[in-house]
Amino acid sequence: MSLSRLTCREVVDFLWRYEENELSPEEREAFDAHLADCPCCRTYLATYRETVALEHEAFADLDSWVPETVPEELVQGILAARRATG
Amino acid sequence: MFPLPIGCRPRRIGFVEWLPPQDLSDERARPRAPALSAVLGFPAVTAEPSAIASASSGEADLVRRLKAGDDEAYAALVRLHGGRLLAVARRFFPVTEDARDAVQEAFLSAFQALGSFEENAQLSTWLHRIVVNACLMRLRSRKRKPEESIEPLLPTFDELGNRTAAVAPWPDAHGELERKQAASRVRGLIGRLPESYRTVLLLRDIEERDTAQVAEALGITENAVKIRLHRARQALRTLLDPEMRKGFA
Repeated sequence: MSLSRLTCREVVDFLWRYEENELSPEEREAFDAHLADCPCCRTYLATYRETVALEHEAFADLDSWVPETVPEELVQGILAARRATG
Repeated sequence: MFPLPIGCRPRRIGFVEWLPPQDLSDERARPRAPALSAVLGFPAVTAEPSAIASASSGEADLVRRLKAGDDEAYAALVRLHGGRLLAVARRFFPVTEDARDAVQEAFLSAFQALGSFEENAQLSTWLHRIVVNACLMRLRSRKRKPEESIEPLLPTFDELGNRTAAVAPWPDAHGELERKQAASRVRGLIGRLPESYRTVLLLRDIEERDTAQVAEALGITENAVKIRLHRARQALRTLLDPEMRKGFA
């Protein structure tokens, strides 16, 4: 990518490297300069981060969506398969 | 409000609708998995230290009985941990049958590996790892169906690299109920991602495996893992966008 003036496409394509701190100091400076000038990319970054945060919240409490009972046919299927395989 | 360009509009993409387990009529959600005491017929335990020790000794007893080949102990293990394993497998497989098959394979693997189970380890942690591996093996071994492209769910740009549509902010979802609703939608929307992207997203963001582990498990490069993860998050963001802008009333 050209560091003189990043496009929105370049910012989005390399966003993961920005988030993983994998950019060189010069690349990061160019990213930050683009973000300072581009409200769309700033908003995109904020909503991208919010998506990741919601992902973590969605699966944080596994117990809250564990089925009340294990389907009996699954239990019997597993026990039968165990007997069959010795 | 800015309309999304046609190419970015969310749509169903070739998967059976993925329902989070709480939406299943035959597998109702509950706050907790069954207690060891309930499955083994022990008195109920509370959070008192002595009771925790009792639960721990109950698990040790279960492991001893499993290693001794006690048939009832095997049934108890499946009833105690099956629901939790099913919940994990449902993340990887939109179709319930596939999830159940993965759980069965996981338990059979666990039975065979019982000899190597360390006494001071936790059964739940050990089984969790086994079921994730079973899901991955199943994903790798089954014949891959052609996948729809993720491209329509990614942002679009003109030939100069400028966005073809503005990006609108999401109102803050501060309330507990709003965040729960948003999180619930995320669970449903993840099931609409193409399988190869959903798997990477689940392993990296939810199972918190590192990039190298995911690359090894899927037989792809670390760079491919990073790019798939980024694209999966972008696609999920696109799917979530209309609902987040509308808000959860």
